[in-house]
Amino acid sequence: MRILLVDDSATMRRIQKTQISNLGISDILEATDGEEALIVLKENMPIDIILLDWNMPVMDGMTFLKKVRSVAAYNDVKVVMCTSESEKSRVIEAMKEGVNNYIIKPFTPDSLKEKLGL
Amino acid sequence: MDVSFVNPFIKALIDTFKTMLSTDTIPGKPQVKSGNKPTHDISGIIGLSGEAQGAIAISFPKIVALKVVSAMLGSSIKIIGPEIVDGIGEIANIVAGRAKQGLSQYKLTISLPNVIVGQNHAISPPSGIRAIIVPFDSSLGNFVMEISLKTK
Repeated sequence: MRILLVDDSATMRRIQKTQISNLGISDILEATDGEEALIVLKENMPIDIILLDWNMPVMDGMTFLKKVRSVAAYNDVKVVMCTSESEKSRVIEAMKEGVNNYIIKPFTPDSLKEKLGL
Repeated sequence: MDVSFVNPFIKALIDTFKTMLSTDTIPGKPQVKSGNKPTHDISGIIGLSGEAQGAIAISFPKIVALKVVSAMLGSSIKIIGPEIVDGIGEIANIVAGRAKQGLSQYKLTISLPNVIVGQNHAISPPSGIRAIIVPFDSSLGNFVMEISLKTK
């Protein structure tokens, strides 16, 4: 199992990494924005799950998601949005663009585990 | 400023500290800000735009900021550096995003966080908007949230 964490906050990536590591998963990659994530994704397939922030500088999560979902080779990659964007309209927008699940920050270790399907 | 804006931010802050830091926070009585008091050491600021405009700032004394980010990361941070700046910015980001749930009648966009580090700095609300100050008490120490928001 290989997971890519995409978030501009190093604090958030560290929290996510700790909680996922505690589930026994050690193959964890990181990127600070969508643009960097596209490079990490291309160079490290297969990646099973991308945990994706929405609001990021350079390239935001929604732009990244649309690019990922337009590439057939990434069809099997599960994308879970993990964001402070809490409105229903945002959740619906992300689902329409192809996220597999949606986590609203703040989250507990249990809810992260559940939403990632681990 | 419409005081109905205040409660979603108070609730969002309580939820964020409870979930991410396992810490209970107790809000004090909201007050209208006058002048350049209170002053702070570290502030995380998020701008809000759209059908309502303004900003929220969550401001800490240095020692409280160190304890808050240490609790968030589960490891002791002893100096004000990039980890503290990033951590305080992320808390402000989460609180602002969470509060949008309670303000769903307005279509709001939140900015990326800005963090100010500097002893005894004051925060001025956006021009033409009165700020509401909410003090918080917690086992990690006392801090304040400043909310300045108005409808278009």
